[in-house]
Amino acid sequence: MSTQASPKRSWTFWAGFAIVTLLIAGVVSYFASSSPDGLDSATLQGCEVVETADGEELTGSCIAQDATDHHMSSSPLADYSIAGGENTGGIAGILGVLVTLAIAGAAFWVISRSRSSKD
Amino acid sequence: MTVSSVAMHMSDGIVNAPVSLLFIAIAIAAVALCGWRARAELDERTVPLAGLVAAFVFAVQMVNFPILPGVSGHLLGGALAAILVGPYTGALCITIVLVVQSLLFADGGVTALGTNITNMAVIGVAAGYGTAVLLHSVLKRRNPGSVPLIGAISFIAAVIGTVCAAMGFVLEYAIGGAAQASLSTVAAYMFGTHVLIGIGEGVITALTVMAVVRARPDLVYLLRSGSRTGAEVPA
Repeated sequence: MSTQASPKRSWTFWAGFAIVTLLIAGVVSYFASSSPDGLDSATLQGCEVVETADGEELTGSCIAQDATDHHMSSSPLADYSIAGGENTGGIAGILGVLVTLAIAGAAFWVISRSRSSKD
Repeated sequence: MTVSSVAMHMSDGIVNAPVSLLFIAIAIAAVALCGWRARAELDERTVPLAGLVAAFVFAVQMVNFPILPGVSGHLLGGALAAILVGPYTGALCITIVLVVQSLLFADGGVTALGTNITNMAVIGVAAGYGTAVLLHSVLKRRNPGSVPLIGAISFIAAVIGTVCAAMGFVLEYAIGGAAQASLSTVAAYMFGTHVLIGIGEGVITALTVMAVVRARPDLVYLLRSGSRTGAEVPA
């Protein structure tokens, strides 16, 4: 295939992909459903979630009762917030996108270099 | 214990420590293999796309969509990443997303990283990409390079990948769970919800892959790998 994209078209593609990604993490994420997902609701089968003074508790018998507190629950970005702040999910999401891009970009660059240095 | 959690990832403690360790070993071996084999998929043209695909999967995983009253789901991204950047690179994309989520955002357990990587990065990618390659090799002769065809293949691959990833959890629970719930109940519930989640995953995967195929077909791994075997891949 010889579709070498023109420089302008190529620039539009990369900018568009990046902007869409940032908009999803920074804006669309506010509209996400807060219901437990398929796996979480499977682990909650048999339990009822009861609000108590100490937060939510599980009554009954279910898989989720085995879950332990997260090792990183004191991370400043825990649960997609900035230090637990209200409505900071979008900023946390954008930070996550940038961190993921940096780590993945660096890892894939190193992997691609390891081949060309051998050839 | 709080119940609030954002993403479809196992927490620590759901399966016992020996089984968690076993799957950490499996995940490390799989990631090492992927790092080795990804060298053949990555060059200076595709590294930027691979990085962006990882970031895109992180972003889309934040967006839970409702599937039933009180139950949601989100993209896993295995088929999407593998179709765009190759299976080994794609598995590394999902792995990096899971590690960032667990260590930075407390989403998905730390000792459960082995099981979560095995399910979403290894099983999800292998089943999704395997389905995509199979369908593409059968269907491309009839309608080579058709964008709707690539979209349909992506949709089916994503559904299969999602359901298989969910069955990975059932397997791990069967080996190392405390068995408060009967295995057949868990398996049936996971299967049913993940068929519905897979449909959402399929729509997102198809739309994303079709958008990239329209703009830059030269970058899409599934099409590049097809052209290596001599098939025509029109622009």
